[in-house]
Amino acid sequence: MDSALAVDRLHFAFTVTFHYLFPQLTMGLALLIVILKAAALRTGNPVYNEAARFWVRIFAINFVIGVVTGIPMEFQFGTNWARFSKDAGGVIGQPLAMEGVFSFFLESSFIGFFVYGEKRFSPKMHWLTAFLVFLGSWMSGFLIIATDAWMQHPTGYKLGPDNQILLDSFWGLILNPWVLWQYLHNMIAAVVTGSFVMAAVGAYYQLAGLYVEHARVFLRTGVIAGTIALLALLFPTGDGQGRMVAEHQPVTLAAMEGLFETTPGAGIAILGQPDPAAMRLDNPLVVPRALSFLTYRRWGAVVRGLNAFPRDLWPDNIPLLYYSYHIMVGLGTILIALMLLCVWFLWRGQLYATRPLLWALLLALPFPYIATTAGWMTAELGRQPWLIYGVMRTADGFSPRVSASNGLFTLLGFMGLYLVLGILFLFLVHREIENGPAAEPVVAGGAK
Amino acid sequence: MIATVWFCLVAIMIAGYVVLDGFDIGAGVVHLLVARTSDERRQILQSIGPVWDGNEVWLLAGGGTLYFAFPALYSAAFSGFYLALMIVLWLLILRGVSIELSNHVEGPLWQPFWHFIFGASSVLLAVLLGAALGNVVRGVPLDANGYFFLPLWTNFVPGTDAGIVDWYTLLAGVASFVALSFHGCCWVASRTEGELQTRARAVGVKAWWAVLVLTALLTVVSFRIQPHLWAEFMAYPWGAVFPLLAVLGLVGGLFFLARHRDGAAFLSSCLYLVGMLTSVTFGVYPYVLPSNVSPAAGLTIYNSAAGEYGLYIGLAWWIPGMLLAAVYSIFVYRRLPAKVT
Repeated sequence: MDSALAVDRLHFAFTVTFHYLFPQLTMGLALLIVILKAAALRTGNPVYNEAARFWVRIFAINFVIGVVTGIPMEFQFGTNWARFSKDAGGVIGQPLAMEGVFSFFLESSFIGFFVYGEKRFSPKMHWLTAFLVFLGSWMSGFLIIATDAWMQHPTGYKLGPDNQILLDSFWGLILNPWVLWQYLHNMIAAVVTGSFVMAAVGAYYQLAGLYVEHARVFLRTGVIAGTIALLALLFPTGDGQGRMVAEHQPVTLAAMEGLFETTPGAGIAILGQPDPAAMRLDNPLVVPRALSFLTYRRWGAVVRGLNAFPRDLWPDNIPLLYYSYHIMVGLGTILIALMLLCVWFLWRGQLYATRPLLWALLLALPFPYIATTAGWMTAELGRQPWLIYGVMRTADGFSPRVSASNGLFTLLGFMGLYLVLGILFLFLVHREIENGPAAEPVVAGGAK
Repeated sequence: MIATVWFCLVAIMIAGYVVLDGFDIGAGVVHLLVARTSDERRQILQSIGPVWDGNEVWLLAGGGTLYFAFPALYSAAFSGFYLALMIVLWLLILRGVSIELSNHVEGPLWQPFWHFIFGASSVLLAVLLGAALGNVVRGVPLDANGYFFLPLWTNFVPGTDAGIVDWYTLLAGVASFVALSFHGCCWVASRTEGELQTRARAVGVKAWWAVLVLTALLTVVSFRIQPHLWAEFMAYPWGAVFPLLAVLGLVGGLFFLARHRDGAAFLSSCLYLVGMLTSVTFGVYPYVLPSNVSPAAGLTIYNSAAGEYGLYIGLAWWIPGMLLAAVYSIFVYRRLPAKVT
């Protein structure tokens, strides 16, 4: 913690990790609310409208925290990562500026009508405001992923004099092959988070015997959307993302999997603790040949281990990378099993009466958040030691004139402030859940 | 050439931000003074509620535009003003939360607390934004690599070892504070009725005199602090049109406010802010961040702009994107109620 590099890394890691707890629900819920409101339009059943209204209130609180914690991210590129920004700003500044111009103006213009405008618009027009907010948030997601994808796998650029990185092809930047899988994988994970939150609240009401009609809408919507999304998370998007890593960041793949030696017919380690000093995985529990098959579609294929790469290309924190990846996959597997079970019981008409399953859905609420966080840690730790893969090292990107002490000062400030925001968020959402789905739309309120 | 185009576009974004977010920051600055009851404070919040977030997007979109068009400037300025910017971020967070969450709980403490946070964060933001502009005019001690780092304050004298806050930048901060107070009063007066409106007009007139004095003072001092301003206006006399806009706006502000034509007063105040900002940007051009150590070390549009291809392709999405944003804004502003109640 005494070097500026370490502080700047922790600074960004902390603010972005906390921030992303909120947009993932924003993006996931936006889609589910669009679906609920469409169901209300088609069926004319008022329960769907009341369900949508309830989730709009949760959405509004979540959106505020997402917006205010999102502002620092753009600034931090300049404040803490000045050398990176100076060299690469002409490229990644494009999607970041586009996010402001195309997404934020759209979202900020229609969020007020979406949250407080139900009585001022026809049902169809109000559905349209929901759709526009959904569109804005998913576009925003795309442009941020395009930025990250470029750092993972830079395309569409050339090097200028004194190493400035110049944009060479706009479409090369935006249609980077890395973007497609990463975007889909990420957005579908957001739908999983939204589905689990919806199902968990439904399970809570159902177990407590409150708002039973709404509880069932929440459970049904959450379980069906969650199952579809989880399956798509595994295949094709997770698979596609994994093969991108195998193709373009093979050393990262080896570190994620804890594969120290190049092996034909490599297995997948389900459990185990990597020991980079001794170059081995302790206490391994391995599915034979699975890694070769998943990566190259051949059971006997050779997978390069860490020993095939020079040490200065290894990710700098292999154990944390390995654990992050395994936590993501492990939790994903548990969540798939839970949702498949729920969907089976739903199909049989027994879900609402099966209390252990409802308890499981309720208690599973934190898991999608942990899994998405672990997934992002896998992506960003896996990119190390590079800031822009193969182009600029992380150690060459931070601000030269910002001291570790000043960085620590503001990091502590953010920690304090975000603690307050986290408590506020939980307090307000808890109140909304206790208030329950109301029959009447929200019209007034101080702001918006 | 294309760098100059982007210089103008970034200036437009910054002016848009100051004029738009300026009125909701200004409303926050004056609301503890103008609104006496919790209900009146709620009215002020309601008047900015549907638009403040969109106004703040001008800062984010403007920042993003600055980032990709002038990356060397972005990285130098943001890392150099590190501490002040982090404080700005914290204030933006607190302010956003106070606006959005103050109406979520009824109770004797919740709303007064958030109303206070709204006022305090708005005041500090108004001062800091002005001080930031003051720093750009005064210049900063850029090193050979084009970076610098400024402490928050040192001895308050605008020399080479000045901090972010010295007496000159503080003067700019206070000028910004009174200008946004006036701007906020015009907004509140144009959106409310009754006692609240009367008080907003009265406070606005007082603020106007402060704006007049500080504008004159700041103008004189700025020409002494940054000689490049004078040289630029002498070399290109047509640039006098920008200060003229500011003077027109200033005169119009009092003229209309005194006649209770609040909407026209608000537009005059917009004109004043645009005039002041364009005067500064015209005066520092082609610098974007002058050096206060040696003029040659300053960042100009030429040594801080991104590659040409990126700048040209940027126009292709920026222009339609901002036109779309203008359409959304018109849609939102046209649906605002004439008066909040």
